[in-house]
Amino acid sequence: MPFKANSPEGALDDKWTKYRSTMNLVAPNNKRRIDIIVVGTGLAGAAAAATLGELGYNVKAFTFHDSPRRAHSIAAQGGINAAKNYQNDGDSVFRLFYDTIKGGDYRSRESNVHRLAEVSRNIIDQCVAQGVPFAREYGGLLANRSFGGVQVSRTFYAKGQTGQQLLLGAYQALSRQISLGNVEMYNRHEMLDVVIEDGKARGIIARNLLTGKLERFGAHCVVLGTGGYGNVFYLSTNAMGSNVSAAWRATKRGALMANPCYTQIHPTCIPVSGDYQSKLTLMSESLRNDGRVWVPAHKEDVMAIREGRMSAKDIPEDRRDYYLERRYPAFGNLVPRDVASRAAKVACDEGFGVNKTGLAVFLDFASAIQRYGKTEAHSNGLHNPDAKKIEELGKKVIEAKYGNLFEMYEKITGENPYEVPMKIFPAVHYTMGGLWVDYNLETNIPGLFALGECNFSDHGANRLGASALMQGLADGYFVIPYTIGQFLSKEIRTPKIDNSSPAFMEAEKDVDDRLKKLLSINGSQSVESFHRRLGLIMWEYCGMSRNAEGLQKGRKLIQELREEFWKDVFVPGNEDEFNPELEKATRVADFLELGELMMVDALDRNESCGGHFREEYQSEEGEALRRDDEYAYVAAWEWVNGGDPILHREDLEFENVELKTRSYK
Amino acid sequence: MSWITNFLTSSIGRKLIMSLTGLFLIQFLLVHLIGNLQLLVDDGGEKFNLYAQFMTTNPIIKATSILLYSGIVLHIIQGLLIWKQNSGSRNTRYAVSKNPNVDFASKNMGWLGTIILVFLILHLWQFWFKMKFGTMDMIPYEGVEVKNLYALVAATFKNPFYVIAYVIGMIVVGLHLKHGFQSSFQTLGLNHKKYTPLIKGLGSIYSILVPLGFAIIPIYFYFFR
Amino acid sequence: MKLTLKIWKQANNKTAGKFETYPVEADEHMSFLEMLDVLNESLLTEKKEPVVFEHDCREGICGSCSMVINGQPHGPNKGTTACQLHMRSFKDGQTITIEPWRAKAFPIVKDLVVDRSAFDRIIQAGGYISVNTGQAQDGNAIPIEKGLASEAMDAATCIGCGACVAACPNASAMLFTSAKVSHLGLMPQGEVEHTKRVQSMVTQMDTEGFGNCSNVGVCEAECPKGISIENIARMNRQYIGSVFGSATKVEKA
Repeated sequence: MPFKANSPEGALDDKWTKYRSTMNLVAPNNKRRIDIIVVGTGLAGAAAAATLGELGYNVKAFTFHDSPRRAHSIAAQGGINAAKNYQNDGDSVFRLFYDTIKGGDYRSRESNVHRLAEVSRNIIDQCVAQGVPFAREYGGLLANRSFGGVQVSRTFYAKGQTGQQLLLGAYQALSRQISLGNVEMYNRHEMLDVVIEDGKARGIIARNLLTGKLERFGAHCVVLGTGGYGNVFYLSTNAMGSNVSAAWRATKRGALMANPCYTQIHPTCIPVSGDYQSKLTLMSESLRNDGRVWVPAHKEDVMAIREGRMSAKDIPEDRRDYYLERRYPAFGNLVPRDVASRAAKVACDEGFGVNKTGLAVFLDFASAIQRYGKTEAHSNGLHNPDAKKIEELGKKVIEAKYGNLFEMYEKITGENPYEVPMKIFPAVHYTMGGLWVDYNLETNIPGLFALGECNFSDHGANRLGASALMQGLADGYFVIPYTIGQFLSKEIRTPKIDNSSPAFMEAEKDVDDRLKKLLSINGSQSVESFHRRLGLIMWEYCGMSRNAEGLQKGRKLIQELREEFWKDVFVPGNEDEFNPELEKATRVADFLELGELMMVDALDRNESCGGHFREEYQSEEGEALRRDDEYAYVAAWEWVNGGDPILHREDLEFENVELKTRSYK
Repeated sequence: MSWITNFLTSSIGRKLIMSLTGLFLIQFLLVHLIGNLQLLVDDGGEKFNLYAQFMTTNPIIKATSILLYSGIVLHIIQGLLIWKQNSGSRNTRYAVSKNPNVDFASKNMGWLGTIILVFLILHLWQFWFKMKFGTMDMIPYEGVEVKNLYALVAATFKNPFYVIAYVIGMIVVGLHLKHGFQSSFQTLGLNHKKYTPLIKGLGSIYSILVPLGFAIIPIYFYFFR
Repeated sequence: MKLTLKIWKQANNKTAGKFETYPVEADEHMSFLEMLDVLNESLLTEKKEPVVFEHDCREGICGSCSMVINGQPHGPNKGTTACQLHMRSFKDGQTITIEPWRAKAFPIVKDLVVDRSAFDRIIQAGGYISVNTGQAQDGNAIPIEKGLASEAMDAATCIGCGACVAACPNASAMLFTSAKVSHLGLMPQGEVEHTKRVQSMVTQMDTEGFGNCSNVGVCEAECPKGISIENIARMNRQYIGSVFGSATKVEKA
């Protein structure tokens, strides 16, 4: 199997520049003859489709949504990083590169990450030119804020809706290309297979979700920007429709899936309230700037709270355990996401969880309200304010900072977080793993590219806040438009792809058979119920902490569940109609395979790093223990139907950073 | 000049016509009211009759009145067209429709306008048509014979049916104005954080005072003349 | 809590639809869509067709949900999408009527799902800034007044759900269209081509068969993101200005 990272030679900081200026190009007259399929029109896909259209290629873009504007990139709240150094606080391309490598626990490829840091600056310029209304200072210049895991202010934001604004920017650029006829847009079309001909990706089979008709689309190459697979856990902060199917179909056709076990669990989400729960809602990381995380120090208080005999306010200070401040005095409540999540799990596992299910911890703003209240009173010239006045003033400050988040919390839980502490719990948020790609973002299948969360390339074992938007746009606007030329320059003599060749007809038949199979089982359990059960298995055995025994058990359970699914699932309706249950069934069937691969990957990785915590590999204090000698590699898996997946390793070489243990003590 | 017709048939163009004709009619109401309030002067109708004589004979006023008639006609035609187009924009109606945040008048401008049209026909037939084409009692002032419109008004409003019709008509006009006044500014694009509350306030006052002023006249004649 | 749901069922745009009544047992902590999930799960267990509704992010930002709940788009709570609405806003024993967005320009796909591609076409008509990737100058080259940027941001928060159209007695798309016209027109980068933009977008909006705005204001009241009708006034102003104050000729809708 051809398997090369293809990182250019030379010094780190001019690899990209040199490569870009020497790579093969496709002349404008040839571009007009070349077709490109882009699947997925979120940040990465829409940016790529728009830019490739601008360059003159014939682009066909696909989304299963009714409009590209619904992609889940829209839900990103916090912001987007860029090494602009507008704040003059010592930021640089190298520092962003370094922070990303370190934040990823030294499990990403240096050359890719450095390129990401380089183009991050262009992204901001591009988005401003598109009219993205970033937050501004009084002087009219762009504002920045800081985010977890770094010491500079490099995050650009548009209120708490940065993802929305960036996605709309890309969507608008895409809309412009659609109106110019450079991009043909296929809404409500779901890719159900990729077609490989003579070893190259030459098209896709898509289902028109409105009519149910299968359609064959040929092109000189296929670009996937289809997002992450966090929904394998059923409960996650992902949208209900987010799925792995496009990437998984590619895997089934021979593409490698890299580091699937790296999952980011976000520490501040609203806890599960019941069995009916369908998704989890994220509360921005910024809340940890002022909120203090705690659980009661004594079990009897925990029980009293769970039974409703006591409230958080009744527990005196000396009977509280501010466990993050206790365990990590240097960073306190602002430790990185993976550390905070695990600490919450430890507290709940020990029986200190504060809601009925025992799976929640407090995020308390009372002391911030006091602190801000006193400062505010002082600056208003009140020298002996009473407690009530202080509280009133403090709440106003908190409202100004986090008003919309507090409102959202109250909407969902029905509790007023100004009065009682919030209850939070970690939830699956982002998947660092994905399709293996080389420096050109090309998978091991020539002509098949993967962008954004869909690939594995930049975040190693843990992603830093505000870096997902950066990567999606970098890949779509500034990387793929160049690197795709490396492949396409060799294809200028290839005529239009014939979509009725045997490869296409076979792929279409495979898809059709699979759909018919799903509809014909006519079992007794809904697709949703299988998905929920899969989620529970994943969370239990491949969640925040994992161990060999559990992973083996989990793998077996998934295999059994998969078998049961193919025997007893009930999918109503027909193939030739708008049938969301059938759509769900194909996606869950894919999750049922991916889940197993995640278990296999987690089992293979006998170390703890970033989002992957193996209980067997921890320090005496319970911190993650990385094993660089043996595991500084990317695990790229080849799926074998009915057999054990095959591991291909890409050894990671670190020439520019020194591998260190992360410490937040 | 196809761009002009394209503009005038665009949704915003149509609304602009509604807005401009509406504003013109709004100011006409005030002028009309000021003239008519002379009916309340206790002089046997002299002031009012002379005023009526002036309004029907002065060439400038006559020319302006053509503008007024076309304004009314345009407002009606355009209103009906918009109404028709809007009612076609939804094939199936909602089974439950609850708009707790909507003003009654705003939602029912078409119906209110229709009632006003009926009222207008009645009003024109009673006074304008008779004044122009009918035979009227004449009354001399300083040797000049003028039509005694005052007597016609006084006689008409002795009929309680007409008094009620006019009062209802004015309530409807008030409602139509309440939405129309501020709406015409919004259509022209004149919406401003600072000034819009002022316009809305003014509109509310206007839509109460002007119809009230008109409504006083039949009541006054019925009870006090 | 026990509820009675009256839900619009319609197989596709060619067949007629009607209301079906379903009893459902809900928990007050459920979101409205989770309550529908519970209903669907029980329908599937009985091997019946589930109720089809559009949903995705379930956190109020993707704009997928499109249902009129007891006569109000997205239900009774202000500034809330249907996915963020929770059952504690309803009473035990209540009957809830659920209908799709109703507008000629939003044909029904199935049950509560409608086709909102008209919105995409309005954006394609001019809801963008004509700049290619890589052409941009430095992000800080043009200072933008903080207040102006935040006004543009307020308009840009539109999620394209279509509640404005659903709520409007005339099924007008003026709030949606004007939000984009305002967002882009307020930014200096977008101001450059605003005359052409406002004309193309209004023409496309008219072509799609939306009704005329009659300044009722219910769109603003029902908008889950609180987009102001000030934007409509701004669009009117820009449109009228572009017709008489520029050489751009208005195209026929």
